[in-house]
Amino acid sequence: MEKFAPVKRSGDGQPVRYLIVDDSVFARKNLAQMVEAFGGQVIGEAADGVSAITEYDRLNPDIVLMDITMPQMEGIEAAEKIVREHPSARIVMVSSVGYQENIVAALQRGARHFVQKPVKAEVLYEVIKYVMRDDQAAAHSAGAGA
Amino acid sequence: MRMELIQPFINSADAVLAQGLASPIVIENLAMEEEAYRRKGLAAEVCLTGDIEGRIIFDADQKAATAFASHLSGTELSDTHELVREAVCELANQIIGNAVTVLNDQGFHFRVHPPTFHTSEQGSKTSEDTEALVMCFNTERGNVFMNVALRYQRRRALERTVAAG
Repeated sequence: MEKFAPVKRSGDGQPVRYLIVDDSVFARKNLAQMVEAFGGQVIGEAADGVSAITEYDRLNPDIVLMDITMPQMEGIEAAEKIVREHPSARIVMVSSVGYQENIVAALQRGARHFVQKPVKAEVLYEVIKYVMRDDQAAAHSAGAGA
Repeated sequence: MRMELIQPFINSADAVLAQGLASPIVIENLAMEEEAYRRKGLAAEVCLTGDIEGRIIFDADQKAATAFASHLSGTELSDTHELVREAVCELANQIIGNAVTVLNDQGFHFRVHPPTFHTSEQGSKTSEDTEALVMCFNTERGNVFMNVALRYQRRRALERTVAAG
């Protein structure tokens, strides 16, 4: 995998903390490897939407990478429930099913972005930087106000 | 089974396998089959429901499955590693998801169910309605077989015909 400049949290310079949600162990491992290459830290994993909600409440990650097609509760519904409770949650949908209706539904329910599988590391990296931009803006404004 | 349904699956398999196995792909032995499916290696099955219904089986020989899992996990895995089996399901998920994306954007609406590992030696026999198209993707790292048995859901097909006038 190519080298990536680490993406850090602007406020404290710590690694970005990820929750990875996918019913495939293989996909979770693959995504974990990518986010670690971006300097991130995987703090939790879940295999379905119900566990994703529980894990989000418990861990409060900086970013959630969420599959769509999963048993028990699908990713879009889980994203909606997480964002309802945590409006600032940053959820990136990662799915092989990338048709327009799905993308629009995910974004309307609070997801910040969508990445289609098979995931290319360079694409995910740009999305992570984009999604973390509000963290940088918050850090800048906090710095300006200090 | 009409080619407009099949072509997105072929294109998607070609693209995902080429990326996942880092190998050129040659499609061989394209044929219709009414006989029951016989598993060849590690297989995953994905069901579709909606305007189009049926199932697709992806069956990778051991060499291809291990190569795919090793390539994407970035480490050399043994044939018996549990991730190899998982990788076949993920491979099916990615290929079918990408194909479904194309079909959905063409106006077909359906639901993709999560892949399940296909353990039995033999699948159910197909019928005239759902005869299966089978093909082999030959790669430098082994063979992957795709068995597609889909049909238009009759009511939706009728509505479509009426709407078309």
